[in-house]
Amino acid sequence: MTVIEEILLKKILVLDGAMGTMLQDYKFSEEDFRGDRFVNHPCSLKGNNDLLSLTQPEAIKTVHRKYFEVGADIVETNTFSSTSIGMGDYQMEPWVYEMNFESAKLARQVADEFTKKNPDKPRFVAGSIGPTNRTASMSPDVNDPGYRAVTFDELLVSYTEQVKGLIDGGSDVLLVETIFDTLNAKAALFAIDALKEKNNWNVPVMVSGTITDASGRTLSGQTVEAFVVSVSHIPLLSIGFNCALGADQLLPYLRRLSQITEINTSAHPNAGLPNAFGSYDQSPKEMGDLIEKYLEENLVNIVGGCCGSTPDHIAQIARVVRNYKPRKTELKIL
Amino acid sequence: MIKGPKYLKLSGLEPLVVTPETNFVNIGERTNVTGSRKFLRLIEQGDFSAAVEVARDQVDGGAQILDVNMDEGMIDGVQAMTTYLNLIASEPDISRIPIMIDSSKWEIIEAGLKVVQGKSVVNSISLKEGEANFIKQANTIRRYGAAVIVMAFDEQGQADTLDRRIEICRRSYDVLVNQVKFPSEDIIFDPNIFPVATGMEEHKNNAVDFFKTAKWIRKNLPNAHVSGGVSNVSFSFRGNNKVREAMHSAFLYHAIKNGMNMGIVNPTMLEIYDEIDSELLLHVEDVLLNRTIDATEKLLDYAEKIIDDSGNKKVVVKEWRSDSLQNRITHALVKGIDEFIEEDVEEARLLAAKPIEVIEINLMAGMNVVGDLFGSGKMFLPQVVKSARVMKRAVAYLLPFIEVEKDGKQETAGKILMATVKGDVHDIGKNIVSVVLGCNNYEIIDLGVMVPLEQIIKTAIEEKVDIIGLSGLITPSLDEMINVAQEIKRRGLGIPLLIGGATTSKAHTAVKIAPELLTPVVHVNDASRAVTVVGSLLNKDTSQVYKDSIRNEYELFRDKFLDRKETKEHIDLATARSRKLELDWTDYKPKVPNQMGVQVIENQDLKILVDFIDWSPFFRSWDLHGHYPAILNDDIVGKQATELFADAQVILSKILDKKLLKAKAVFGIFPANSVDYDDIEVYSDDTRAEIDVKFLTLRQQLKKREGKANIALADFIAPKESGIHDYIGAFCVSTGFGTAKLAKAYEDDNDDYNSIMVKALADRLAEAFAEYLHKAVRTNTWGYAPNELLDNEALIKEAYKGIRPAPGYPACPDHLEKNTIWELLKVQKRIGVTLTESLAMWPAASVSGYYFAHPQAQYFGVGKITEDQVKSFSKRKKIDLKEAEKWLRPNIK
Repeated sequence: MTVIEEILLKKILVLDGAMGTMLQDYKFSEEDFRGDRFVNHPCSLKGNNDLLSLTQPEAIKTVHRKYFEVGADIVETNTFSSTSIGMGDYQMEPWVYEMNFESAKLARQVADEFTKKNPDKPRFVAGSIGPTNRTASMSPDVNDPGYRAVTFDELLVSYTEQVKGLIDGGSDVLLVETIFDTLNAKAALFAIDALKEKNNWNVPVMVSGTITDASGRTLSGQTVEAFVVSVSHIPLLSIGFNCALGADQLLPYLRRLSQITEINTSAHPNAGLPNAFGSYDQSPKEMGDLIEKYLEENLVNIVGGCCGSTPDHIAQIARVVRNYKPRKTELKIL
Repeated sequence: MIKGPKYLKLSGLEPLVVTPETNFVNIGERTNVTGSRKFLRLIEQGDFSAAVEVARDQVDGGAQILDVNMDEGMIDGVQAMTTYLNLIASEPDISRIPIMIDSSKWEIIEAGLKVVQGKSVVNSISLKEGEANFIKQANTIRRYGAAVIVMAFDEQGQADTLDRRIEICRRSYDVLVNQVKFPSEDIIFDPNIFPVATGMEEHKNNAVDFFKTAKWIRKNLPNAHVSGGVSNVSFSFRGNNKVREAMHSAFLYHAIKNGMNMGIVNPTMLEIYDEIDSELLLHVEDVLLNRTIDATEKLLDYAEKIIDDSGNKKVVVKEWRSDSLQNRITHALVKGIDEFIEEDVEEARLLAAKPIEVIEINLMAGMNVVGDLFGSGKMFLPQVVKSARVMKRAVAYLLPFIEVEKDGKQETAGKILMATVKGDVHDIGKNIVSVVLGCNNYEIIDLGVMVPLEQIIKTAIEEKVDIIGLSGLITPSLDEMINVAQEIKRRGLGIPLLIGGATTSKAHTAVKIAPELLTPVVHVNDASRAVTVVGSLLNKDTSQVYKDSIRNEYELFRDKFLDRKETKEHIDLATARSRKLELDWTDYKPKVPNQMGVQVIENQDLKILVDFIDWSPFFRSWDLHGHYPAILNDDIVGKQATELFADAQVILSKILDKKLLKAKAVFGIFPANSVDYDDIEVYSDDTRAEIDVKFLTLRQQLKKREGKANIALADFIAPKESGIHDYIGAFCVSTGFGTAKLAKAYEDDNDDYNSIMVKALADRLAEAFAEYLHKAVRTNTWGYAPNELLDNEALIKEAYKGIRPAPGYPACPDHLEKNTIWELLKVQKRIGVTLTESLAMWPAASVSGYYFAHPQAQYFGVGKITEDQVKSFSKRKKIDLKEAEKWLRPNIK
């Protein structure tokens, strides 16, 4: 059993909040994104947040540090889009391995600083694996439902590269998150399982799906139950949901999830729903109170924040978590 | 962590959990090309949208899992599985249930696993090819996140006793659970449902053994499940649905009691257990449970009684004779009975004002019924051709009276010219379309086979035809059809074109022929569609609209086809050669033929060939699709197939008894070695000093995954530099001598049905002759497999060692090498089979090809080749590039 698995038996772990929201405050310019290294890159790089791990590493470390300071147990690497498919938009495919490696290394350094200061509260690095910007089980062309913009094999190659970088850079766990198409996630899990076997790695895996709206389904159409069945073939540290919804909208799905899985559950919702300008208004206190409901109902083992959440939000979550024991539930059959 | 019970959980968009309370999970099986004739046809025609509807029907009908199978030789299974599952994924009301990916080919299974987001079931894997392969496949399946069906099959073969079933299931389970760490609840066993009441002592316990195995599995292999295909059990009662339905239902009743909890059951072939006649149930259960010594005999007796009960038709048969005149005529036409037609037509003639009215009123009324029934799928092709025979005979009887009265020519619905193009000799399909159109009151001008384009154009102008129909079977005919189209355009003729025949396709018609024409061209590959298409083209009110819509449809199709993403990658010839199939020549010593040199069979006894006939293609030539003998009991076409088969037996006996056809063969085995990768030198004698001829073979250039060779036929022959003395065979057989004459005699007797029958039978006999001769060569002349013992079924499945590929077919798609075979064997001189300018063999019922003896020689498809291979080929063949391109065109990328 790994350290994190042992700790999860005893307490609820806190995941960090948004990276993108925090980076916005820096108001980085095109030049800042490029740094010295990519001055002559052929296309615009502004907005490529994952690249900042290479060009503005101190900023990334600072964000990690802020989350650890307020009590997060786990921070996610700055690699949500760091796949050859995701980086295709910026013509940055050759640097994908390095981005994952360096991002993991930055988070590792900060985590180790904190663990050293307080060995009773070990901190962890979760290698963040996003869904890419393409869907393997849906056609982007309504007139050609059989068409696919990406294949399983392409995803497999892309994810294999990302996972290698994340593990080589020092991630403790891998987090396949914001799953809107289960087939993409299955490709990521296939890559992870194959690499684990080949390299004899003992690295726990977290998966987190995204329920897009009140239909209660993923974007690719699966119910909570079908999603759980479809990703449970690989040994998992946890299964849960993140993004798209605020903590209150996510609650009913979390209840359903919690009843049907024997695996640890996780949730990192958005700080409410976005307002008309695309930003999030939910206050840290509000979010903390909503998360406390999860805890009262004994629904989660790992909890944190997604879009719009800040260290202040995570501080509130860390505060409420202290008073609760980890989830243990009688199972129902789907 | 919280532990839950281990239930099988599957998913589509919604979950499916199999708990102890789940009585039986019903698997939908109509989306399976091996089990559904209709589904096969839709997939073959690329009509995926209709194929998706089949799945929807299954889900609406209560299927809880959808079994999808694309295992058919003519289909690219990987592509078909991928496309179909992708399309299903876009239909939420279908994709809500889990998919069962069903294939005997691993690459098709894997293609399926790569496109389903839910947790599916793989059907199936087994220990057949050993433990290592089994473990590898199971591990990969687990990684893709699917459950698995395991067949009770191991290195020794399929389990057919209780002990073997238990032994294999236990071993499979142990390997999966302990070595692969496969979740035990995701394992589903298919312990083989075999027929009972076959009369064989060793089959008596088949059902009991299955029940016991099911019980044993559920008791001893924790969390595992049991499934199976139920209809097998009643196989020996094909044709007696009442008994079969009772057997299925009783079998299920007992199997479920013993722990079977999922399976493939055709709901229309299932009686309700409680409603089975108690006497029948007693007999059925006696058989299933092997309760009495004479159970089989008793059930057989009882089954015959049921047939007798329903077979009181003999008295009824003639009842229709007392019906009204029109009803009798219609009945005779619909049923294809010509016994009384002259009598009835004479009666009608005496009542009619003019003899022509009998045709225009009475006969046409009957033919309209035939047309409607055929159009709505309630009548099948052989019946329609029989109807045509009755019609022709009736008209022939009336003609003298019509001429006496001189009441002018009969009005027809339109004039249609039909021809098999220059260089091609195949006409069965064309003749069928002609007959069917003739039935629908079109005047047919049939120019026969090998018709030069000048003659087609001249006749079309002189006869003022409304439509030209072109047919062809071999690939060079595709080019000839383009030539005809160009000429029609050059002459400014406004005649629409119909295209049909085995190698034609909508794609070729749309891309290559349509742009050459100002008039519409339609690809018509079955007779029933021909009627609708011709009707729409010639209908004065709607033809313009139809023509416009056809033109649009083909333009769209063309654009789409040309735009389609070429997903296959090809490698250059040099690289392909470097990945040639390397056979191990150290362990294998080619057998020196018992007899070398050319041999001739002057007059083969046809009776010996009958046992070698593969009947399935015979039914296909009549648009009846399915495998023989199962087709005789098919739910839809079974009755018609049985009737056609009986008619065929009558003609076949006649041919055999009166020796109406003559069969000849020339063949030989020769010293040979492969040279320069792709060529095969054939030597005059075993000193190998003098080269007699050289065969050129084509090499696959598709980019394959590592470890898969790019094959050419030359790879199966030892390379010259190895110093090994290897051999190759060549042959040509024909059963076509006399076919044309016999067919013509039937035609002259207004009997197109038997005329077409003769040609179809001659084709089958030629294939049978090729099979028979191959066997003689393997066991005798060459003698490399002296002890092989294979029945006909195994022959059809090509279970023997060595191959006999034929030029013009996938392993050697260029027809040009036929010339080399002709030169080597002196085919024309020795047995009189000739080659047309398109390299079709005449008489048509002929087969020619090579023999390869290496045990690893296999059939394969060359697929697309690139320009560098065409260049190399033209250089080696010493013909110019244009010429080479012409012959290889269908294969050039």
